[in-house]
Amino acid sequence: MTEKTPVLSVRNLVVEIPTRHGILRPVDNVSYDIHAGEILGVVGESGAGKSMTGNAVVGLLDRPARITSGEILLSGQHIHTLKGEALRRLRGKMMGMIFQDPLTSLNPLLTVGDQLTETIQEHLKVGQTEARNRAIAALEEVGIPAARSRIDSYPHEFSGGMRQRVVIALALCAEPDLVIADEPTTALDVSVQAQIVALLKRLCREKGVAVMLVTHDMGVIAEAADRVAVMYAGRLAELGPVREVLTAAHHPYTAGLMASTPLASQGKERLRQIPGAMPRLGNLPDGCAFHPRCDYAQDRCRANPGPTLDTCDGRAACWFPLNTKQKDEVSA
Amino acid sequence: MSAIIKIESLTRVFDVSKPWLNRVIERLPKALLTAVSEVSFEIEENSVYALVGESGSGKSTIGKIVVGLVPPSKGKVEVEGVDLATETDASKIEAVRADIQMIFQDPYASLNPRWRVREIINEPVAAKGGDTTGLAERLLEQVGLSAKDAAKYPHEFSGGQRQRICIARALASGPKIIVCDEPTSALDVSVQAQVLNLMSDLRKDLGLTYLFISHDLTVVHHMADKIGVLYLGRLVEEAPRDRLFDAPKHPYTQMLFDAAPRMDAFGREVEPPKGEIPDAINPPTGCAFHPRCPIAVERCSKERPEMRRIGETRVACHLAE
Ligand SMILES: Nc1ncnc2c1ncn2[C@@H]1O[C@H](COP(=O)(O)OP(=O)(O)OP(=O)(O)O)[C@@H](O)[C@H]1O
Ligand SMILES: Nc1ncnc2c1ncn2[C@@H]1O[C@H](COP(=O)(O)OP(=O)(O)OP(=O)(O)O)[C@@H](O)[C@H]1O
Ligand code: SF4
Ligand code: SF4
Ligand SMILES: [Mg+2]
Ligand SMILES: [Mg+2]
Repeated sequence: MTEKTPVLSVRNLVVEIPTRHGILRPVDNVSYDIHAGEILGVVGESGAGKSMTGNAVVGLLDRPARITSGEILLSGQHIHTLKGEALRRLRGKMMGMIFQDPLTSLNPLLTVGDQLTETIQEHLKVGQTEARNRAIAALEEVGIPAARSRIDSYPHEFSGGMRQRVVIALALCAEPDLVIADEPTTALDVSVQAQIVALLKRLCREKGVAVMLVTHDMGVIAEAADRVAVMYAGRLAELGPVREVLTAAHHPYTAGLMASTPLASQGKERLRQIPGAMPRLGNLPDGCAFHPRCDYAQDRCRANPGPTLDTCDGRAACWFPLNTKQKDEVSA
Repeated sequence: MSAIIKIESLTRVFDVSKPWLNRVIERLPKALLTAVSEVSFEIEENSVYALVGESGSGKSTIGKIVVGLVPPSKGKVEVEGVDLATETDASKIEAVRADIQMIFQDPYASLNPRWRVREIINEPVAAKGGDTTGLAERLLEQVGLSAKDAAKYPHEFSGGQRQRICIARALASGPKIIVCDEPTSALDVSVQAQVLNLMSDLRKDLGLTYLFISHDLTVVHHMADKIGVLYLGRLVEEAPRDRLFDAPKHPYTQMLFDAAPRMDAFGREVEPPKGEIPDAINPPTGCAFHPRCPIAVERCSKERPEMRRIGETRVACHLAE
């Protein structure tokens, strides 16, 4: 069987920020693919580089952060070299974005309908009436009741959950191949969150969209993602099928993260905790960035170069991965 | 065991009308929002009572009423036997107030960036003219930081460390009760575990009682002894932790449990709940949950269900059994 070309392919991506105290690397040598109809979950602590990675892909890095090496391919085409108008057009046509705060994606002065038809007409060759019909269809698709009568409302006339639906409609109306959703449900109530997650899954399945879903909620990841990428201090710590990574983590950081969730410690008086905190970018330890907090650290972990997915087993950036077959045999 | 806090028919109404002139010109009626409506519950000494519910259900308002930041419109808050609304002895009220402290969700916003940690922690005691020698240093060690940190500024700490500083400040006056409003919602899971463990330790070591406000059911399951579920300002169900999680009786509680994402539910396909929380200014008649309730009957839209006791559970639903 021939491998299909992934919708998104990120190869050895490095993002750097020059500062007075030297160069920071919020994204350090990150590689992953997302295929059509697949949801890749991205998790990690605050500051791990999740948003930076997503923003680099869609070409929306805020200065002074910039891509200094690596490649980004969209359906096999290099896009990290595109600039200005060419990038903007491609972004609107092939990529949709959903951010945590729906208001950042919506113009408060324009009706929802105007924003949708404008986006549709910019990227698809359709007339005014057809664009409006498509806009109504897009709103219906994301579950806005009475879309035909709500289309001329302004964003502030919708509730938070409804606004996030409008953003999803906006992200999807130009029929993109890739959707980057950065904490799309974090500000929403559980009942609305469940509605939005179900919607994303359905659209991904029915339209074959590739989705990068950034969230810190392990529950959302478990229910929605096919594969999951765990980031730590700008690097990929682990990448693999969601069930395997969450139930049999190879990287000690992933294992610690899972163990520290209240669900995993059900019935116990104290939660498992990872000692310490993620290091600041300007102050990363040598070798494996996790070693000062790792129960399994050995001398090799403190030496450069540190482990990467490529130099380890492809699943976890760790010299001494957990839950691997050999290890189980040894302990058995 | 006895109740350290007794709350009876607590109600808080906010006037959210437009300015008077606009109302006259646009012929609008006064808009009143009932944030908390006839809520009654008791908290046992040295226990953790959790309030859960979605955004706008009135959790924070109840917390603020209990610590005295917001006055109630009706109802009664009794702490250690002192009725805060009717007690005339000011010294008694002051003593009770010193026994209750609050921790907020955002450890960034709640620390003054220009103050040193020592001043921040000592402030509640210093304001009352108390002795603060070595107080901040001792409390910092108690919450797992170091005495040296007293000389630093808040920006030198991570989110989890700042929440520890907030906890240290709350402990300064030697309180018996701490109202925690989403104390770990702004923190990463691994940091959340550290803070929750600290709170459990302090409860044991100092005999603290917590009113614990959260929308995260897994956190509540871990921390709480008893849980009250709020919907649109009303308590709809209350039960001991295991009772509630094993056998939720109110359809809203059941909906919350079903909708919450589960870490062990890979690729789970759920029929997501229908509809949204209604407008609190014009709540639905009868049972406020009836437009979204999958088992609602005609009676539900006409008659408001009273709180009933079924075994260890209290529930406000016509059909619960
Ligand atoms: N202008 C800047 N100067 C220095 N560091 C920066 C700058 N902008 C971002 N960073 C750092 O880049 C890192 C990556 O940030 P990013 O927003 O990608 O994290 P994240 O994983 O999305 O976190 P969160 O969960 O909080 O959203 C962080 O450590 C942040 O402090
Ligand atoms: N000072 C105020 N003036 C007017 N309305 C208010 C005020 N404080 C709260 N409310 C309203 O009262 C209701 C209850 O608010 P509250 O903050 O108690 O909810 P909550 O359960 O804490 O929600 P969240 O989970 O979003 O924090 C909301 O509808 C809110 O808009
Ligand atoms: S490489 Fe070493 S320090 Fe890093 S996670 Fe693996 S065992 Fe721990
Ligand atoms: S009273 Fe009626 S509408 Fe309300 S929760 Fe019970 S069954 Fe549903
Ligand atoms: Mg982010
Ligand atoms: Mg609140």
